[in-house]
Amino acid sequence: MLSVGKLNINIYRGEYNKMIEIQNMSKRYGNVNAVRDLTFTLEKGEILGFLGPNGAGKSTTMNIITGFMPPTSGSVKVCGYDVMEDPIEVKKRIGYLPEQPPLYLDMTVKDYLNYVCDLKHVKKSLRKNQLDDVMDLVKIGDVRGRLIKNLSKGYKQRVGLAQALVGSPEVLILDEPTVGLDPKQIIEIRNLIKALGRDHSIILSSHILPEVSAVCERVVIINKGKINAIDTPENLSKAMDSNARYSISVAGPKNSVMDILKALHGVINVESSSTNDSDISSFVIESVKEADIRKPMFFELAKAGYPIMELKSMDLSLEDVFLQITRNDVVLTNEAANLNKEASEENNENPAEKKEVE
Amino acid sequence: MGYLSSVFSVFKKETKSYFNSPMAYIILGLFMFMSSLLFYFFNLSNSLGTLVWMFQQPIFALILIMFCSILTMRIYAEERRNGTEVLLFTTPSKISSIVLGKFLAAYFVFLVMVALTLTYPLVIVIFKGAVTKQMIAGYVGLMLFGSCLIAIGMLCSALTESQIIAAIISFITMLFLFIVGSFASIFGGVVTEVLRWVSLFYRYVDQSTGILRLNTMVYFVSVTVTLLVITYLVIEKRRWSQG
Repeated sequence: MLSVGKLNINIYRGEYNKMIEIQNMSKRYGNVNAVRDLTFTLEKGEILGFLGPNGAGKSTTMNIITGFMPPTSGSVKVCGYDVMEDPIEVKKRIGYLPEQPPLYLDMTVKDYLNYVCDLKHVKKSLRKNQLDDVMDLVKIGDVRGRLIKNLSKGYKQRVGLAQALVGSPEVLILDEPTVGLDPKQIIEIRNLIKALGRDHSIILSSHILPEVSAVCERVVIINKGKINAIDTPENLSKAMDSNARYSISVAGPKNSVMDILKALHGVINVESSSTNDSDISSFVIESVKEADIRKPMFFELAKAGYPIMELKSMDLSLEDVFLQITRNDVVLTNEAANLNKEASEENNENPAEKKEVE
Repeated sequence: MGYLSSVFSVFKKETKSYFNSPMAYIILGLFMFMSSLLFYFFNLSNSLGTLVWMFQQPIFALILIMFCSILTMRIYAEERRNGTEVLLFTTPSKISSIVLGKFLAAYFVFLVMVALTLTYPLVIVIFKGAVTKQMIAGYVGLMLFGSCLIAIGMLCSALTESQIIAAIISFITMLFLFIVGSFASIFGGVVTEVLRWVSLFYRYVDQSTGILRLNTMVYFVSVTVTLLVITYLVIEKRRWSQG
């Protein structure tokens, strides 16, 4: 009954495979660099994840792409149109769901979407079908007559999404579309976004990592206004994960088990992790990928009389990648700060020493 | 699907939201109450067959100023507070069409306000008075004066996120322009001329005595247009500088 295909009323012009092209884009607020030298592209039919901690510059970037604010320098092209030179052409091709859905609380859902149709210049003849399709798609048909202020957060978010879909834009820009929703709604919205990805090119921002790895084909990781990595979620995990890692729980005293594990060939590092059960010790083992330590580990522990209660292979999740990437940044700056501190302390200490000498 | 249809849809939506909330009714009701009191004191109790005298009262202008600043305070401040301005500025509608649509909606409510006062000439006619040319000229003046007030209020609303602050700024601005004419003569010379020139009320009084001067009409219209352009520029400017 409901098909995403019906929404695709605009006939795609064909010649562009790059829906969004951003080159060396920077944005400054006074002295603060919100984003610096951003360069990336959105291919046709792609769902691109835009990942970063809060305050990394995600919303700024999206506001610039949608023409809400201009960049300080660099160029942003949407379907070949420059945001600065042809803002109207760009805006025709973009559906935008900002972080805070732009809803008029004292309007009914239907009136609101009609108003959005007006603002987006949707032809009167197409309007009814399109509104029905959009409302079916995001499942808000049953609340069409209600005032938006009386809707739950989940419904409001969906009305916001409907607003972005009106006018069947080729590019969708969704700023944290699942924030504040319950787990069931989150899954629904994610599936919806995946379905939309068949006919739209989508940029999706999030600080929730499972979401990005579940939905997106490519990920841009951004931190402090700069791009740290662009790749598929799998490649990012692979690139980071040079060693095999296992989580293991063993019934036995912590220290002796630790010694056995450390003695195994190929083991690089053993970390004990906390357990609730005092008889069972848990560890995270890192080992060289070539040496499969599972068999020798089993025999060695069996020989010592410590049964393995649990053994899990740990893949580096996108979360770990993300934390590593963003943490490295933080560590670097911390080190720099420490160095500065040490330097200044030395300077302070020197006169004191001199005094003592005197 | 052109420029005018954008203007019209913004106008329609804004007008609806005035009348879907208690806002318009409270403003219209209070305005009618206060102006009817004036009509009673100035006309009925003095058996006066002309409205010009009432229109000339500073207190009537004060009432207009008060209601216009309340009427316009939400126009942009509310959009900014609710984050709905993102919608307006990321859809392919021109910003100027939005400014125009919003102005027309607020002006429409003002015109309804003015239309309600037509009951006074009606009362005068019923009691064997006559509708004079003076009275018509007074109404034209009132409408032009109102367009300036609405434009001032709208500009003030575009300057801030808070409706209350918008209302206060626009009230003070209008009040200044209203009283500046009366102490303009203290300074003498060029200063007086300049102050008289910016004094809306000075022109308005001149208008409401029934002398329909072309230059006064042009003055009011051009002040309104200028203020609309400034509003447009303020909104554009903020997108360039802010977040």
